[in-house]
Amino acid sequence: MSSSASALYDVPGPKAAARHRLYGGLALLGLLALLGWVVWELFDTHQFTYQKWMPFEYQGIQRLLLHGLGNTLKAFAFTALFALPFGAFFAAGRLSDHRVVRWAATLVVEFFRAMPLLVMIFFIFVAMKVQPLWALVAGLTLYNGSVLAEVFRAGVLAVPKGQREAAFALGLRKTQVMAYVLVPQANRAMLPSIISQLVVALKDTSLGFLITYEEFLHAGKLIATNLDYDLPFIPVVLVIAPIYIGMCLLLSWLARWVERRGRRSPRVKGGAPMAKAGVALGLPPEAQQ
Amino acid sequence: MKVLTANFSTYWHGFLGTLELTGVSALLALVLGVLMAACRVSPVGPLRTLGAAWVTVLRNTPLTLLFFIVVLGLPRFGVSLPFFTFAVLALGCYTSAFVCEALRSGINTVPTGQGEAARSLGMTFGQTLGLVVLPQAFRSVIAPVGSVMIALAKNTAIAGSFSVVELLGTYRTLNELGYSIIWTFVWIAVGYLVITLAISAVFNLMERKWAVAR
Repeated sequence: MSSSASALYDVPGPKAAARHRLYGGLALLGLLALLGWVVWELFDTHQFTYQKWMPFEYQGIQRLLLHGLGNTLKAFAFTALFALPFGAFFAAGRLSDHRVVRWAATLVVEFFRAMPLLVMIFFIFVAMKVQPLWALVAGLTLYNGSVLAEVFRAGVLAVPKGQREAAFALGLRKTQVMAYVLVPQANRAMLPSIISQLVVALKDTSLGFLITYEEFLHAGKLIATNLDYDLPFIPVVLVIAPIYIGMCLLLSWLARWVERRGRRSPRVKGGAPMAKAGVALGLPPEAQQ
Repeated sequence: MKVLTANFSTYWHGFLGTLELTGVSALLALVLGVLMAACRVSPVGPLRTLGAAWVTVLRNTPLTLLFFIVVLGLPRFGVSLPFFTFAVLALGCYTSAFVCEALRSGINTVPTGQGEAARSLGMTFGQTLGLVVLPQAFRSVIAPVGSVMIALAKNTAIAGSFSVVELLGTYRTLNELGYSIIWTFVWIAVGYLVITLAISAVFNLMERKWAVAR
């Protein structure tokens, strides 16, 4: 982007380029100063003492963290397992030929998308007295499943009309048109959006922390509030945050890789356009209509 | 109905808390988001990298983790602020990444030719930006920013679990008073729906007002 013109700038000439380099140098200095200040502050408040990092040497602590990570991944796996069929089911409902089915599916999908996820999780946890894991999974499934339903529906609608008409002209029944013609193409085009939504689900498993599900953050908090280790809060964050963010980044990169690969693939040509792999905040732009 | 009428002041308090939290965080998110979007489209390399890193890291951070860091971590640095400020910081920073992306893709929808035409008419950078690019970008940005704001309003629920006065937090008080849990939650849900529907109505109005067929 730097070398090509955009709506905002021409390609910079030698003078402008020198000016940009100057600004860049100043910005870099400022950022380094900020970073240095943070690191200095960390040292100043004694965050790198042996005593605060010692707990990570203990096997019990390591096992606790791994157990938490395992629980997080378990909740994520169950969510993906339930949310994908849920989404497919309600997407089919929203695309149905029967008005009653369509209305019912729309009602369900719109309701669960409009509710704050945490309210649903708390409702299931407090009012229905469900185990934390299943309350979390149920809440995540309802929310992400509804968003996925919109993603699937947008994908099927994005397949060019001719495909569907041609399939009907060949005498396929509507279930066959859906299963053999529309869904395979929609799936390929929507895969980046689907994976992006799974990133959202993975991020939201951390809400389990708030209903005392023993997931990754919960394990971190147990260590961080231990007086024996001199309250090693910052070390815990320095260990937990990169792992959490790293997992989400990996999934995001997978989504983008699938998107790039899909764009190059000749199989997508003429079919539904590849979806963007951005981490949506619930609403994929294709599904907003 | 009785749950609502008997505890109207509790609900009203929580409702206002959610509204206030949403408003203040939205302000912070918009300011930070505009700054970061400016960095991301600037011709200066390090600033672009800063913007990209900000967006990538924050979009892939669970909001709960961010709250965890801000609410429990900043006090270790000797920063002691009220919980409300911490919540605004966490929500604002998190949302700013999404606002930044919405703005950036809005600016990218403006065709290069528009800027080139403006410059060839002799417009300065400020004029190009203020008279040509931003007015066009603004229109395509309204809808995405609207859905970001709705998501922000929904995310304030997380602040309620970190002891900020907020709509979801009211369930604890009412639960202790022995009211029916289901109805308590129904009215909480209604409160959130009112807020999110109001935001989406406002943004729909704005979109209709400034929409231009292209």
